[in-house]
Amino acid sequence: MSDLWNDGDPIADAAAPDGPIETRWQRRKFGAKLVNPANRRKLTVIVVGTGLAGGSAAATLAEAGYHVKSYCYQDSPRRAHSIAAQGGINAAKNYRNDGDSIYRLFYDTVKGGDFRARESNVYRLAEVSVNIIDQCVAQGVPFAREYGGLLDNRSFGGTQVSRTFYARGQTGQQLLLGAYQAMERQIGLGNIEMNARHEMLELIVVDGKARGIVVRDLVTGEITTELADAVVLASGGYGNVFFLSTNAKGCNVTASWRAHRKGALFANPCYTQIHPTCIPESGTHQSKLTLMSESLRNDGRVWVPSRAGDHRAPGDIGEDERDYYLERIYPSFGNLVPRDIASRAAKNVCDEGRGVGPGGLGVYLDFADAIGRLGRPAVEAKYGNLFEMYQRITGEDPYLVPMRIYPAVHYTMGGLWVDYDLQSTISGLFVVGEANFSDHGANRLGASALMQGLADGYFVLPTTISNYLAAGPFEKVRDDHPAVVDARSSVRKRLERFLEIDGDRTVDSFHRELGHIMWECCGMERSEEGLIKAIGLIRGLRDEFWQRVKVPGAGEQLNQNLEKAGRVADFFELAELMCIDALHRAESAGGHFRAESQTPDGEALRHDDRFGYVAAWEYADPDGKPTLHKEQLDFEYVHPSTRSYK
Amino acid sequence: MDIQVRVWRQSGPSDKGRMVGYDVKDISPDASFLEMLDVLNEKLILDGDDPVAFDHDCREGICGMCGMMINGVAHGPERATTTCQLHMRHFKDGDVIDVEPWRAAAFPVVKDLVVDRGAFDSIIQAGGYITAPTGAAPDAHATAVPKKDADAAFEAATCIGCGACVAACPNGSSMLFTAAKVAHLGLMPQGQPERDTRVLGMLQAQDDAGFGGCTNAGECTTVCPKGIPLTLIGRLNSDYRNAVRKR
Repeated sequence: MSDLWNDGDPIADAAAPDGPIETRWQRRKFGAKLVNPANRRKLTVIVVGTGLAGGSAAATLAEAGYHVKSYCYQDSPRRAHSIAAQGGINAAKNYRNDGDSIYRLFYDTVKGGDFRARESNVYRLAEVSVNIIDQCVAQGVPFAREYGGLLDNRSFGGTQVSRTFYARGQTGQQLLLGAYQAMERQIGLGNIEMNARHEMLELIVVDGKARGIVVRDLVTGEITTELADAVVLASGGYGNVFFLSTNAKGCNVTASWRAHRKGALFANPCYTQIHPTCIPESGTHQSKLTLMSESLRNDGRVWVPSRAGDHRAPGDIGEDERDYYLERIYPSFGNLVPRDIASRAAKNVCDEGRGVGPGGLGVYLDFADAIGRLGRPAVEAKYGNLFEMYQRITGEDPYLVPMRIYPAVHYTMGGLWVDYDLQSTISGLFVVGEANFSDHGANRLGASALMQGLADGYFVLPTTISNYLAAGPFEKVRDDHPAVVDARSSVRKRLERFLEIDGDRTVDSFHRELGHIMWECCGMERSEEGLIKAIGLIRGLRDEFWQRVKVPGAGEQLNQNLEKAGRVADFFELAELMCIDALHRAESAGGHFRAESQTPDGEALRHDDRFGYVAAWEYADPDGKPTLHKEQLDFEYVHPSTRSYK
Repeated sequence: MDIQVRVWRQSGPSDKGRMVGYDVKDISPDASFLEMLDVLNEKLILDGDDPVAFDHDCREGICGMCGMMINGVAHGPERATTTCQLHMRHFKDGDVIDVEPWRAAAFPVVKDLVVDRGAFDSIIQAGGYITAPTGAAPDAHATAVPKKDADAAFEAATCIGCGACVAACPNGSSMLFTAAKVAHLGLMPQGQPERDTRVLGMLQAQDDAGFGGCTNAGECTTVCPKGIPLTLIGRLNSDYRNAVRKR
């Protein structure tokens, strides 16, 4: 209990099977009720979002015979932000005979997540990972291959086996196009009704069940209600609450947040992943940050000058004046330490005044040794497109001058709470991919987001949703049902209010300021003092937003600022909850360093006895107190230990 | 740096549209072209004007959502670069820059610089896939794929569907887009069973959508941000002839 939140009942049942972990998913699948193929076409499923999770779910549900209605805010389902994932996708194929197994992938993921994920889910993720690769190859995904024609693998951030499948630096693009093409086939067959340039603005709940959504046609501004037997949210993460992140500009929390307001619990909102290898900010015009795949750390060496305030060009700084700090502090993992460790180490050296580039917020990632050892053509073959991208953005040639990198918000492990069946606390509302609180715990390992999105969409959801739909078709909801009318009118009123305020500040100016508060106080390092200050600042800024924001134009037209205003309004509420969640979790877990919780040598200190749970929050109106429900995490197989990469 | 942009303003599909000039002052050379437009829009909003509508999303050159004619060239003066990855350091202080939407019969203007590229999706629906329903896949190593073929398929599959090829083509043809997908799937062993139906279906769909024919002008490959080569159109034509012969 505190001034900022209430303690509620614990979550008693996450619907995970017990017994031997190796057979839990098999037993759950066998226990799931099935829907007669002839009845499937009478059941409608709404899928919001068309990234890896939403695209694969929509295609698979349509192949199974359900009537699917799909929505995305972009102009085509092929553009969802999964497309930007670079590095790869993990699978426990053990094609390298290097000791990998489903159990090892499970073990690595639970440990990598700093013991804050649900074991049953993680095991299932590792189990279906092998099917994902088979599925994608069958679709024609052009993975990298060896000369014998078999698939190539590489090791990736923080693992000691080579289990990552990849397609140059564009793995997300190729996997997404696979799912997109499967979707387009179903659209052509009339099994998916695709609604591009449509944004979900409200969830419709009737008699405790999710039965539809309210959407805005982003071209005409028309508001419509879309009804169904079940709703699947695959709307991605909320990294854009920080304004600057590696997310696409349109990524937002609105679909999830609307569901949260209607009763879905939001789990671990403060768990955000800060990726160590992004291109640093170049000025106040900056609108987003660009990730450089961390596969670069396989060959690049990270360093800063040994001396603070050393502003010489990198070539003028001798070997003995450089600090290869990851190799120095973490000799056994070196430059390949997990993302959270690498990010915080970069922040630490910059805080010491040893950062490089404009503003001192950057560290070098140097390929000189790799070019010397392997030759430029080999480096080019491996990383050519990443080097080009870097040069295009910065105007510097990384073959000649070391890259400058700095951590940036990249992924959100938090999201809507779901049980083992991926169902939220609202019946019939399923959440997949980054939008759910996911299987990554407090820290996501590289190449596991693509794995989770496709596991959820291709293999998990289609089974578990059938168990729910087997109880249907549910009673038809009429368009004039009070819950439907209310949802529609609340959306209209909110849009009108944005347009009426007619203040003197742009949506972006508020968003930028909110993001700055979040980065400073709820980013890589958090403290009680900073978080309390942030909550006050967020509340003040939110009130100012509702009085001073200026949204030009009208509602009945393409109006990109009206779209942004709605998203930023929801980010304000989310930001406050993130700070409350971060405040209550007085431990350092994953990449979230809590200043008050550290070992004598400054490393992160977890408190498993006090915080070994998922924090699932129940909505409260702004300025109200959200209620905390805890799902206790049991570790039967992978026993919590201190992560050490030294 | 200070520049002037002359931007195509069109309030909707029925509006005739016109070029309107705006001064944009104090732009950093490190800003991207879209960030320059962001700065312009912030000013327009505060001045009570309608901001310029333009499509964009990932801003890292991979989603294919952005795209505009910059001084008459799709995606602007830099080769192999999307609009979002074009930076102001490639322009000079005092430059006057014309900014227009993609112009093609199959891509109607929605508003300002925003066009409707739904016709691309309809081409994919007509065969731009391999039929492989979830769950039916054999082990990934069941079929070896020569590295040369896998690499060539990947190169073709890097198309981001931005539409620059169509916008640059004097005929408004989508042949490079279609050819890239036909090559990607046709180079993989998994794509062989549908190879003939694919090429016939996709070419019919592009005709139906109102795209023009190919006369080998080569403008498409010149502006393609992913460097999809013109030779793939030759490959497409060859696949088409084979499919017709067998029909």
